Amino acid sequence: MNTIDLEKQFQDKIDREIRIEPRDWMPEKYRQTLIRQISQHAHSEIVGMLPEGNWITRAPSLRRKAILLAKVQDEGGHGLYLYSAAETLGITRDQMYEQLHSGKAKYSSIFNYPTLTWADMGAIGWLVDGAAIMNQVPLCRASYGPYARAMVRICKEESFHQRQGFELLLSLSKGNEAQRKMCQDAINRWWWPSIMMFGPTDDASPNSEQSMRWKIKRFSNDELRQKFVDMIAEQVKILGMTLPDPDLKWNEARGHYDFGAINWEEFWQVISGNGPCNKQRLDTRRKAWEDGAWVREAAAAHAAKKAARAQQHAA
Amino acid sequence: MYSPLIRYTLHLADNALIMGHRCSEWCGHGPVLEQDIALANLALDYVGTARNFYQYAAEMINAADPAQKATEDSLAYLRDAGDFYNNHIAELPNGDWAQTTLKEFFFSVYLQAVYRQLLNSADTQLAAIAEKALKEIDYHVRWSSEWVVRLGDGTEESKERLLKALDEVWLHTGELFASDDHDAQLIQENIAADLQLVYTHWRTTVEKVFEEATIAVPAPAKTAAWMGNGRKGIHTEHLGYILAEMQYLQRAYPGCEW
Repeated sequence: MNTIDLEKQFQDKIDREIRIEPRDWMPEKYRQTLIRQISQHAHSEIVGMLPEGNWITRAPSLRRKAILLAKVQDEGGHGLYLYSAAETLGITRDQMYEQLHSGKAKYSSIFNYPTLTWADMGAIGWLVDGAAIMNQVPLCRASYGPYARAMVRICKEESFHQRQGFELLLSLSKGNEAQRKMCQDAINRWWWPSIMMFGPTDDASPNSEQSMRWKIKRFSNDELRQKFVDMIAEQVKILGMTLPDPDLKWNEARGHYDFGAINWEEFWQVISGNGPCNKQRLDTRRKAWEDGAWVREAAAAHAAKKAARAQQHAA
Repeated sequence: MYSPLIRYTLHLADNALIMGHRCSEWCGHGPVLEQDIALANLALDYVGTARNFYQYAAEMINAADPAQKATEDSLAYLRDAGDFYNNHIAELPNGDWAQTTLKEFFFSVYLQAVYRQLLNSADTQLAAIAEKALKEIDYHVRWSSEWVVRLGDGTEESKERLLKALDEVWLHTGELFASDDHDAQLIQENIAADLQLVYTHWRTTVEKVFEEATIAVPAPAKTAAWMGNGRKGIHTEHLGYILAEMQYLQRAYPGCEW
């Protein structure tokens, strides 16, 4: 079969909602798009362990400490599933790390912001995980099988994290003045970066159209962002807090909340390396990898010695 | 001020909490993602065990004096270093991967023997908590033994690092077996673990694993001869910093719900 026929057959499967599996033929660009997207997601999970890991040793109660530890551990687990899913497309985990460490691969820009107070653990759960879920639930139906299946597990855990984050903020909102101030301050700092997580507006999102056709993506950036704003604008009332947007207003005619202009200059600056923690996060990941080199070598050397001894024993 | 049983329960709780704190410091920095997750797991086990022991201690404290209003959090967050009864090895800095896995090995083998004895404790609550914790600690022993063997029988560098870690940590293993003044009474009442017996198990296990790791076991550490030990609230300089970090929010915002 020539490439044109293969492509037609491939698109036909997609249109009929038949999952693409690792051994199926796929266009090279589909493969590359998925590798980029899945590895970027995996990197986001492990880089995302750092801003939250920042508060594990300072969690204010043993219960909160256990919850936060379990959450950050879950993120490591998500990284694992996603690296495994990407590996089915013909790239190794070490290659993906290499791309992360060299700056070639990106990760979610939100993790380039610092976690300055305990309330940030709540705001990240509620807003950042909340935005992530909005993006990720449709990915459970993504056309590539291993990715879709990984996302099913991830979404279950993420929605749990979101509830925990909200519950943390709810405790603060019922606390004393200092706690309420901490809560509002965290919402103020995380709100705009969170709604930037949906990516550029539809007219400025170059990869979106092809991804929609391949059913990797099901909704546009702006559709998902609107859904998120509508949800959070209601939930923030339960906290008795406000979102830092004077233009946020219910629009009866649209049946949605209107919201103010996003500072896209900030978004592009942070993505291109000029965020408050870009250097710190990458340096930390590189250091963990480099410091661990001798450990990985030792494990490999020991495994080889053991295998050799077993072989000698069997001979 | 506390009864010997309460003090002993706090000792068990503090050991778990402080070691859990150290394990949690690795979160996001491990040499391999799977090991990062494994260490977070150990930390979670320790924090969970600490909570069980603290809750039991709080119950006994409040029963003796209802005005105390002790909780797991007041015990973890509002005592100063001199009122913590954990062993020194739990508070030592993590150092590199060799030091981390080696101290976790020494510590978890020690706890394994302690918890095994507590299964038959006359105090049924201690026995129940130990039973749950033992299942987890058995895994800690397996995990850390495997690393000691890998590093000892891995590359030249890993062996060198393991020996350097041994030099750092060994000194503190003696203190694990230093008794509290009330131990004799608690052992006689069949409540606490007999550290003589714990030591026998510990030494045998260390010898076995070290042999596989192709390294020699040093002569017993003499730390016990030193005047202070963790059981008496005398610590290394490291504990103060752990508590400063861990307790900061509770201290800065007293009386808050979190």
